[in-house]
Amino acid sequence: MADTATATAVDHHDDHGHSESFWSKYIFSTDHKIIGFQYLFTGMAMGLIGGFFSYVFRMHLAFPGSEVPFFGIVSPAAYNSLVTNHGTIMIFWVAMPVLIAALGNFLIPLMIGCDDMVFPRINRLSYQIFLISAIVLIASFFVPQGGFGGAWTAYPPLSSEAEYNGTPFGAPMWLIAVTLEIVAFLLGGINFITTVMNARAKGMKLYDIPMVVWMIVIASILFMASVGPLVAGAVMLLFDQTLGTGFFDPAAGGDPVLWQHLFWFFGHPEVYVVLLPAMGVVIEIICTFARKKLFGYKMILYSSVGLGILSFFVWAHHQFISGVDPRATYLFTTTTLLISIPVALMLFAMIGTLWGGSIRFTTAMLFALSFIAEFLIGGVTGIWLGSSGTDIYLHDTYFVLAHFHYTFVPIAIIGTFSALYYWFPKMFGRKLNEFWGKIHFWGTIIPFNGIFLPLFILGAAGQHRRIAGYTAYPDLYTENFQDLRVFATGSLIVLILFQIPFFVNFIVSLKRGQKAGPNPWNANTLEWVAPSPPPHGNFGDDLPQVYRGPYEFSVEGREEDYWPQNEPDPGPSETSK
Amino acid sequence: MRYAEAGLSAEGGSSKEPIFSNSVLGVIIFIMAEVMFFLGLISAFMISKANAVEWPPVGQPRLPVEATAFNTAILLLSGVTMYLTGRAFDREGFSSKSKMLFLVTLGLGTFFVVFQGFEWARILSDGLTMQSGNYGAFFYLIIGAHAIHAVGSLIAQGRLFWKFRKGTLRLQSFRAGQTFWYFVVGVWPVLYYLVYLD
Repeated sequence: MADTATATAVDHHDDHGHSESFWSKYIFSTDHKIIGFQYLFTGMAMGLIGGFFSYVFRMHLAFPGSEVPFFGIVSPAAYNSLVTNHGTIMIFWVAMPVLIAALGNFLIPLMIGCDDMVFPRINRLSYQIFLISAIVLIASFFVPQGGFGGAWTAYPPLSSEAEYNGTPFGAPMWLIAVTLEIVAFLLGGINFITTVMNARAKGMKLYDIPMVVWMIVIASILFMASVGPLVAGAVMLLFDQTLGTGFFDPAAGGDPVLWQHLFWFFGHPEVYVVLLPAMGVVIEIICTFARKKLFGYKMILYSSVGLGILSFFVWAHHQFISGVDPRATYLFTTTTLLISIPVALMLFAMIGTLWGGSIRFTTAMLFALSFIAEFLIGGVTGIWLGSSGTDIYLHDTYFVLAHFHYTFVPIAIIGTFSALYYWFPKMFGRKLNEFWGKIHFWGTIIPFNGIFLPLFILGAAGQHRRIAGYTAYPDLYTENFQDLRVFATGSLIVLILFQIPFFVNFIVSLKRGQKAGPNPWNANTLEWVAPSPPPHGNFGDDLPQVYRGPYEFSVEGREEDYWPQNEPDPGPSETSK
Repeated sequence: MRYAEAGLSAEGGSSKEPIFSNSVLGVIIFIMAEVMFFLGLISAFMISKANAVEWPPVGQPRLPVEATAFNTAILLLSGVTMYLTGRAFDREGFSSKSKMLFLVTLGLGTFFVVFQGFEWARILSDGLTMQSGNYGAFFYLIIGAHAIHAVGSLIAQGRLFWKFRKGTLRLQSFRAGQTFWYFVVGVWPVLYYLVYLD
C-alpha cells in the first residue's frame, strides 16, 4: 500500500523520478527525510565512537595500568584526549545532530503539514558541512600527538598552549571541527524557524503546532542567540594557538577567564538546546500513550520560553571557583535556582498528563517515563552545584560528572531511543520489535543508574574528574572507592552489551518488522496522516488542512479515543466543539 | 517546496500571508546570530580594554580616525542608496533608475572595502600587527570580521545585480540581500566608535 502511494507521488514529482541513482537519492538529496536520516545515522555512528572512548577510559580507571582490550595501555595523554573527545562528540556530534537535526528535519515538515523545508538546498549544505566537521574531528585523532587533550571546555592556557595540552595539531583541528559543526547547525536552525513560521498547513495556528516542533524551534532560537560569542571566542582561541596572539594570555594583556565567559554563555543555553527537543519528544509520546490531552499546552510553551530567556543569565555558575566576584556568584546562584521552576513546571505538566490516563506501556512510553524519573535526579542534584557555597567543594569532582550525565543521558540517549521507538514506523514503515525493545529498555536504564550513582559517592568523597590515575593518591585509592569504580565500569559494559539487541532489532525490523499502517499508534498529529514511510512530497497532491489542536485524545461523545488534526468537524448538530 | 519555493503560504499554507517572506526571515534569523557574534567580540574587547593599564598602549601606531570617519560616511551613504534602490525596484521594476542606484550602492560598498584595505596596509607598515599586543590583535580581529561580512555581502550583491541585468531577479531575493547590507552598514558605526574613537 505504501509502495503505490510512493509511486503516485514520485510520478507527480517527475524531477525526482525512478531513475535516480543511489547517490542523488541518498547522498545528495534535498528531501528533508533523507537529510534527517543522514543526520541520524551519522550521529549514531559518532555515538559508537564516543561510547567506545568512554569504555576505554572507564576500563583504565577501574583497572589502572593494565591493558584495555581493543585499545592497549592508556597513557595520561591518551586519557586526556579520550575524555575531551568523548565529551565533544557526545554533545556536538550525537545529541545535537540526532535530537535537533535528525528529528527536526524528519518531523517538522511532516508535523506542520508541508512538503519540504523552505530552503532545501541550504538544508543539504547544512548536512554536508556537518559531515566535513565530523571528518575533521575524526582525522584529528590520527595527527601526531593525537586528538585535542585540553578538556571539552577548552579553558586557556591549557587549550591555547601546546606545551600544556600536548596536542599541537589536534587542538586547532578540534576548534575548526567545532566551528564547522556550529555553522552547519546555524543553517539548519534558520531552516527550522523559517519553515515553522511560514509554511504551516492551512488552518494550523500557533497553538495548534505540536509541542515537539515548538521545542525544536525554541531550541534553535536559543542556539542561534547563544552561539555567536562562542564562535567569537573560538576564533580568538584559534588565533592564540596558531598566529601567536594573546587574547587569553595575561602576559600579553589578555584574560583567560574571558574564554570561560564566552564559552559558558553558549555552554549553558546549549544544555537547554538539547533538553527542549527531548522534552518535546516525551510530551508527544506521553499524550499518545496516556490517551489524554496535554495538561497545560500554553503553560509548557510559556515555561520553555521563560526557560530559554533565563538560561542566558546563569552561565557563571560554571565559574564559581574561577575568581568571579562573590557578589556576582550570589546573583548567579539565584538565577540558577530560579531556572528550576520552569523545568519543574514542564515535568509536572507531563505527570499531570499521565493522571487518569489509560496508559499503554509500549517501549517508547517506558523510555519517555524513565526520562522524567532520571532527568529529575539530574535536576535535583544540580541544586548543590548551582549554589555557590556547596559548589566550591563539589566543583570539578565526579559529583559534577554524575550530575550532568543524569541530565545528558536522559536527553541524548533515553530521549533519542523513545523517539526512535515511536517514529520508527513512520520512518521505515515497520515497527520495532516490542519484546526486544523492552529488554533493551531495562538493559539500558538499570546499568545507566549503576554507572552514575556510585560516581556521586566518589565525587562527594572528593575524587577530581580530570585525573588520569588514582594510584598516586593513596587516600582516594582505597579498596572501597576502587570497588565503586569497578562497579561503574562493569555497569557501563553491561549497558554497552545491551545495545546489541537494539542494533539487531533495528536492522532486522527494517526488513522484517511488523508492517505499520499510516497511524499505528492512533495519534493525532499530521505526520500520521502521511503514508509510512512518507513518499517524496509527504502528503501527495493534497496537503492536509488542520481543524484542531494536536492532543484531542479521549474527547467525550466520539467513538474513537483520538481525533486527528486534519479530520473536519462532523457538523454543528453533532458536536459543540 | 511548492509554495515554499514561491515564498508564499497562500496555496495550502497558513491562511494569512507571512509577515516576512522566507528569504528575508532567514536573513533576519542569521543576522540575529551575527549580532550575538559581534557582541561577543565587542564584550571581549571592552573587558580587555578595561583591564589594560594604558589604552591605546604607548609606542604603538595610532588608528586613522579622520580618514575612517570619511569612509564611515561613504558606507552610510551606500545604506541610503540601498534603500532607494529597493524603493525604485519595488515601484518601477527593472528600470534604468533602479539599475543606476544599484550600481551606485555596489560602487560605494566596494569603495569602502578598498579604502579600508589601503588603510590596513598603511597601519601594517607602521608596525601594528596581531602579534604586537592586544591593541593590534583586537583591531584586526573586529575590523577584519566586519570586512569579511562586507566582502561577502558585496559578492552576494554582485550576484543579485547580475540577475537584475538579466531581468530574473525576484524582489524577495533582493530584499534578503538588502537586509543583510543594512546589517553590515548598521554595525559599522558601533565598531567605529568603540575601536577608533572611544
